[in-house]
Amino acid sequence: MFFNILPAFLNILIAVSVFLFLIPNETIVRYLGKGTGLGGILVASVVGSVALIPGFVSYPLAAILLQQGASYSVVAAFVTTLMMVGVITLPLEIKFFGKRVAFIRNALSFVGAIIIALLIGVIM
Amino acid sequence: MSLKSLIRKYLWTVLFLLFVLISTVFHFKPGEATLGNFKMFFVEMISLIPLMFILIGLFDVWFPKEKVERHIGKESGVKGIFWVIILAMLQAGPLYGAFPVAYLLYKKGCSIRNIFIYLGAFSSLKIPMLTFEIGFLGLKFSLLRSGLSLPIFISIGILMDKYLKNKSFEIRNLKQA
Repeated sequence: MFFNILPAFLNILIAVSVFLFLIPNETIVRYLGKGTGLGGILVASVVGSVALIPGFVSYPLAAILLQQGASYSVVAAFVTTLMMVGVITLPLEIKFFGKRVAFIRNALSFVGAIIIALLIGVIM
Repeated sequence: MSLKSLIRKYLWTVLFLLFVLISTVFHFKPGEATLGNFKMFFVEMISLIPLMFILIGLFDVWFPKEKVERHIGKESGVKGIFWVIILAMLQAGPLYGAFPVAYLLYKKGCSIRNIFIYLGAFSSLKIPMLTFEIGFLGLKFSLLRSGLSLPIFISIGILMDKYLKNKSFEIRNLKQA
């Protein structure tokens, strides 16, 4: 089982490495750092869906976003879509679940992340 | 497995290694930076994946189909939701690492609803990640975010279950090349 999965995982690691080089943290901070309101939430959700950043990088990054003036709901949208929606990993997800189901799961998670972000904005 | 199919399977890895090798020799900055990233994630993966496979292996042996079906299968109700969430919370690693586990759960008779709840809990409620989140974003934010994601991913599980009820759906494992 391990060697069946290894090449797919290595491909994702390569994609992450190239992604982080092309779009460094500073760029994300520049675009999301001042984010507030519904517009900010939408941008953060799209960035979080497309980006592939592991948790141990994304949380320090999210803390910087807060310091820069991003609202809690923008940060929530960013970290939630990072965790639940994966555009780059979609080809792998399709191999396991099929196209239709993978798309629907990601779409529902995207909507769910926006709901979470909005509610956090109301409560915090 | 022939050499040709082996190379085809690892095509991107081979190309990438060639690229960083040449970059290192010629001190090509983008290549060196990308290699730095790759090393960091490779160490993360190499340290987490064996653990994941050990857990999958143990789960496979300790929990026979009949037991899985009873606890997290079609008739498992709220208790089943509770168990898959606990199972997901005890794990670590990125979401794509959970796909092979989802396949195993599916094989063993876990219900469709619970498989998607498992994926939701895996992505947003893993205990190792929660401790990290609390450290960087504070307890209030982390509790709120995880508390709000709970009903969201349970709803996603229920919706996926409803949607797939009368359709042919299966989770496939990655094929041996």
